[in-house]
Amino acid sequence: MDVLPHSNCENCEHFNADGLKKLGVDTTDFDYIVALAGNPNTGKSTVFNALTGLRQHTGNWPGKTVTRAEGAFQYNEKKYKLVDLPGTYSLLSTSEDEEVARNFILFGKPDVTVIVVDANRLERNLNLVLQILEITDKAVLCLNLMDEAKRNNIEINIRSLAKDLGIPVVPASARYKEGIPELIQTISDVASGKIICKPHRIKNIPKDIEEAVRILSDKIKKEFPNIPNSRWIAFRLLEGDNQIIEALESGVFV
Amino acid sequence: MCELRIMDKKNIHNIIALANELRWKIGDDFHDNLAEGIYADAAEIVEDAIIDKNRDRKERLDNKIDRIVTSRVWGFPIMFSILALVLWITIKGANYPSAFLADILLGDVRPMLKSFAASLNFPWWLSGFLIDGVYLAVAWVIAVMLPPMAIFFPLFTLLEDFGYLPRVAFNLDYLFKKSGAHGKQALTMSMGFGCNAAGVVATRIIDSPRERLIAIITNNFSLCNGRWPTQILLATIFIGAVVPASLSSIVSLGAVFGIAVLGIFFMFFVSWALSKTLLKGEVSTFNLELPPYRPPDFWRTIYTSIIDRTLIVLWRAIVFAAPAGAVIWLISNLYIGEQSIAAWMIHYLDGFGFLIGLNGVILLAYIVAIPANEIVIPTILMLTVLVTGLNVGEGAGVMFELDSVNDTASVLKAGGWTLLTAINVMLFSLLHNPCSTTIYTIYKETKSMKWTVLASILPVIIGFVVTFVVAQLWRIFVN
Repeated sequence: MDVLPHSNCENCEHFNADGLKKLGVDTTDFDYIVALAGNPNTGKSTVFNALTGLRQHTGNWPGKTVTRAEGAFQYNEKKYKLVDLPGTYSLLSTSEDEEVARNFILFGKPDVTVIVVDANRLERNLNLVLQILEITDKAVLCLNLMDEAKRNNIEINIRSLAKDLGIPVVPASARYKEGIPELIQTISDVASGKIICKPHRIKNIPKDIEEAVRILSDKIKKEFPNIPNSRWIAFRLLEGDNQIIEALESGVFV
Repeated sequence: MCELRIMDKKNIHNIIALANELRWKIGDDFHDNLAEGIYADAAEIVEDAIIDKNRDRKERLDNKIDRIVTSRVWGFPIMFSILALVLWITIKGANYPSAFLADILLGDVRPMLKSFAASLNFPWWLSGFLIDGVYLAVAWVIAVMLPPMAIFFPLFTLLEDFGYLPRVAFNLDYLFKKSGAHGKQALTMSMGFGCNAAGVVATRIIDSPRERLIAIITNNFSLCNGRWPTQILLATIFIGAVVPASLSSIVSLGAVFGIAVLGIFFMFFVSWALSKTLLKGEVSTFNLELPPYRPPDFWRTIYTSIIDRTLIVLWRAIVFAAPAGAVIWLISNLYIGEQSIAAWMIHYLDGFGFLIGLNGVILLAYIVAIPANEIVIPTILMLTVLVTGLNVGEGAGVMFELDSVNDTASVLKAGGWTLLTAINVMLFSLLHNPCSTTIYTIYKETKSMKWTVLASILPVIIGFVVTFVVAQLWRIFVN
């Protein structure tokens, strides 16, 4: 049943231990910024540690990561700065942690956003994933805790999920370092443009709202042709998000 | 260029105006509609991608455990038993390594340092200051503090990784809400049983500044590792002694546990009082997902908790203990007129000490031991010997602890201790200023002198009031 490359087989093209250098907290002179987002308690910190070689404490309770942690790794001559965002359930409300995560993905313009989800709670986690995919079109889904999912007899069709979301999906058990080489390879492919994402857009919205969003986002696109997330900005403007209005006025998006 | 900029602005205003217009059209429930749309999309995608063979068997096991550990009947007893068990393992387990470390650091290394200093012809005051003062304080802190922390923090982290701590927060949420504090304070409070400085840092998980301040100020009411040995020693000597020998160990442990629970009570009470006065405000609601129970990764947990918590806290304690050792040695060896500074201070503090059922020695020990609670008992013993002129210990300014509980008891009794003194020292050890490591941490976390001062002084005031009342009642009713 294992069609996916196993982390430990050295012949596999994904296995690239020589190319990988964990740089710890040294985040100088990076080529790409990678954001790490996800629901609380999905193992984001574990993924962060596995990538950077840092040992940020991980714990089994939501809200563990209270500050934005940064670290770095080097892979095939390119340096990646990794930013671990606070875990959130959504990006739609006004609480402080959601604001940190939302603003970083929107204004920090990461080259890749890795969304870590709990394979056992996929449906609940997708809520955040779909919102992030409205903001950025360069994302990778890290389907973490696959070991638990297997134990719970949950089988996930990775290809169908990747197709529906329009982004690469990497199954992983970060605790046991499984899937990390594949994740690094995928991050590098998305960053370099080798993989082009076609992210899912939220579909099940009432007609009148869809129409309003279309009108508004067309207008935004006309004004700022380079904006990748005009739809999200339209959502936020319809919501009356003052930060977005200020950002438009100050020209952050130009 | 300038014109272009103005045009930009105008167009942006157009966009915003359009957004306002459209917002009117689509009505209020935009947010809910969007959220529902996202859920519907998620459901469709999951429908395609997931084959869940037995959807909720694991969930059912988790739920079963949760129904017991968060139940109204069993929630609290289980919580207290786990707390008691963790503390018991910590205290029992720390005994041997502590004795071992004390043997090496005090019994072997110290004489070596002494003879080394002698071979270099150090004057007596220099070797006294460095070895009997600075070195000894550091050695005490390491010997007394390292073993319990190296046991407590990993145990705590294992509970955390297993997933039990959020259940504690869930159980206590109602009480915290009642006292105007944040439910996550349960987590920082539990952390405080290991070390208050670590507990104060942990309050970062609380978003609301108001509730975070409450959690910081009240963390000191969690009886930390540095204070357990004092509690246990005094309970064994004085409280265990008033009941028949067969019951004494149970009763003395019960007394110590009672002090810890009293601390929890004060934590709630002070949180409540603060939220009604200085830190008024709404209780913020938060989303606490009860995570699935996970078998913790044992060795990794041990490793990270020792690196992340134990060593950092220990290092800070050492940094603060060294100058305290110097001060203790100096006040016992510098003379003003006939008496050492320590003797003078004890003399002056005796009156106030009597008022609150303590004595000058104890108060002075607490003043000089601000840096670390671990050295309170050795300092008390040294100072008692100093003022009573007993023939034990090693001389002025040399902290010591006696091998047998009986010897300690006789020194303390010679210093005029009664059951009341012991009870009040136990109370005062719970209710006094945080150690200097914690005070420094509070300052670093709040960046405010005002809150740091309040957090430091408030517990002492409460301590004075409580010990005063107990002393008066005791003198009226018991004596």
